[in-house]
Amino acid sequence: MERIEYSAIETLLQVLKRRDYVTLAPILREGAIIYDEVENASQLPRAFVDVQAAGSYRVERREDNAYFGHHVGPTTWKKFLFPPLFELFRVIRTASGFRIEGDANSENHDTVPQHKYAFIGVRPCDVQALALNDKVFQNGPYVDRAYKVRRESMFVVAVNCTEAGGTCFCDSMGTGPKANGGYDLCLTELTGDDEGFFLLEVGSERGADVAKELPSRPADPSERERAVEAIQRARTSMGRTLQTDRLREMLADNLDHPEWDNVARRCLTCANCTMVCPTCFCSTVEDVTDLTGATARRVRTWDSCFTLEFSYIHGGSIRSTPKSRYRQWMTHKLSRWVDQFGEYGCVGCGRCITWCPVGIDLTEVARAIRERQHSSITLQEEV
Amino acid sequence: MKQQRKPKLAVWKFASCDGCQLSLLDCEDELLAVAGEVEIANFPEASRAVARGPYDISLVEGSITTPHDAERIHQVRRASKVLITIGACATAGGIQALRNFKDVREFASIVYANPATIEALAKSTPIADHVFVDFQLRGCPINKYQLLEVLSAYLHGRKPNIPNMSVCVECKQRGIVCGLVTHGPPCLGPVTHAGCGALCPSYHRGCFGCYGPKEAANTGSLSAWWAGKGMTERELLWNYRNFNAYAEAFRKESEAHEE
Repeated sequence: MERIEYSAIETLLQVLKRRDYVTLAPILREGAIIYDEVENASQLPRAFVDVQAAGSYRVERREDNAYFGHHVGPTTWKKFLFPPLFELFRVIRTASGFRIEGDANSENHDTVPQHKYAFIGVRPCDVQALALNDKVFQNGPYVDRAYKVRRESMFVVAVNCTEAGGTCFCDSMGTGPKANGGYDLCLTELTGDDEGFFLLEVGSERGADVAKELPSRPADPSERERAVEAIQRARTSMGRTLQTDRLREMLADNLDHPEWDNVARRCLTCANCTMVCPTCFCSTVEDVTDLTGATARRVRTWDSCFTLEFSYIHGGSIRSTPKSRYRQWMTHKLSRWVDQFGEYGCVGCGRCITWCPVGIDLTEVARAIRERQHSSITLQEEV
Repeated sequence: MKQQRKPKLAVWKFASCDGCQLSLLDCEDELLAVAGEVEIANFPEASRAVARGPYDISLVEGSITTPHDAERIHQVRRASKVLITIGACATAGGIQALRNFKDVREFASIVYANPATIEALAKSTPIADHVFVDFQLRGCPINKYQLLEVLSAYLHGRKPNIPNMSVCVECKQRGIVCGLVTHGPPCLGPVTHAGCGALCPSYHRGCFGCYGPKEAANTGSLSAWWAGKGMTERELLWNYRNFNAYAEAFRKESEAHEE
């Protein structure tokens, strides 16, 4: 573990840029800390903190000068790998029939952008989210080539959390506040009476290659100890907790619990929770023709299980009630994801709690179900 | 091979401001393509030349507010293979449906010198209350790209891609930061039908609900949240009383906050 000074952040950005990475990092915009391209370290939201609660987010000044003194905002890293709108291919009418152009899943496709992305400031919960995205998009039998191309060339600079946000519960999900692999470089920021600094850990050869160019010295034991304590402080100050003991079974056994009716009375089915979730991966495809019928495009867009159309099959939508839609989403994250992928689909980032316009909190819903468990019914959807 | 005749397109106006049908003229770059694919058979805003019906596609703008129009819409329906309503007036009664909450005779007595000559129905009602409608395109005004999408879909015999999700999905897809959660102005986005591309939120304004309620709009929950933040009954009422005041979900919600 090395110690690097604050000034090394600028060096890190420039080293990555020299290696042709598009440097994506936290930036303050429209009253929120989002992720977008930055040119230099002065664009980072230094000395700002986001104060989060259910249905509430506000950026305030910090007393110290921390670079990463904030938590996670409304953007997720998935938008760079799995864009909200993406053209899969287009079909051109010809004299004898038609031809297909720009097939995003063909090996010789040249329109998948060849950007090399560097994600800077990825929180441990989001590092785990990327691992979950990998399972869905590239590790299974159906590989999303556009995702894979970007993912393979990507560079991850993780940042361990030394403060927990108001809606955070990564400790419950076992994903943070310290990153456990899945990065090229990992920073722990330490602030105090003196000017702050970072402790640097290397997670890959690519990371080691970049780290070589950063001015550093070995961290001394007291600095390491401070880092351990700071991360422990984050662990003990989580804004939320979610008891995961038998969580999968408990939800599967309580599909008729009255709490689903309670939450459905509040749920707007607006889909915000799924849009801000770093692991929600659902999409739909639209075939778009032009007026003349000469070209047609197949476009993939983000979709959500909270829309009526999402569950539309011949004859109607399976999940017509808000109750069935909310239950589908939450039981997928915390129960059936385990059946499907062997781990929870929730990383405890708390975005769905903060960005719900009416402050619905899945940890509260889970707690209400746990406190008054019902006898089970068989797994069936109400129509 | 015999040249296929071009489908005939007609545009009809009822009680409205003309803004929606002007969206068709507003297509600019695409207008020639539209003219190339259809015969514009009846569109007084564009041309005095009127071709006889029947019409393959009729676009109907405006709401039904007079006994005369209540008859005329049946003639339009009989002359049209496909009838598509465009805009908040035609799909929900429009801004003029604010009269539905009051006594229209009272307004007439104040506004007109000789109110006895005014023949107005007690309520402004959407087209679908009177005749069968094949497709309803929402908005005040409609989005021209959505209009082109609906026309393309009907010309090529496919389903229009007009999602009925909330405006929030459009906001998030565009990367617009949520004003509701960051303490911006009141926003009807979570209960409003998408289609505008999150126009107002992209200018840091709350959604005014121009596209009407989304499916399963839970206005009660949103109002309860706002009431908890200090919004008065009167403010709650007026949030839902605008271009789509008579759309069922917005009407019921505003009525729940009447004194």
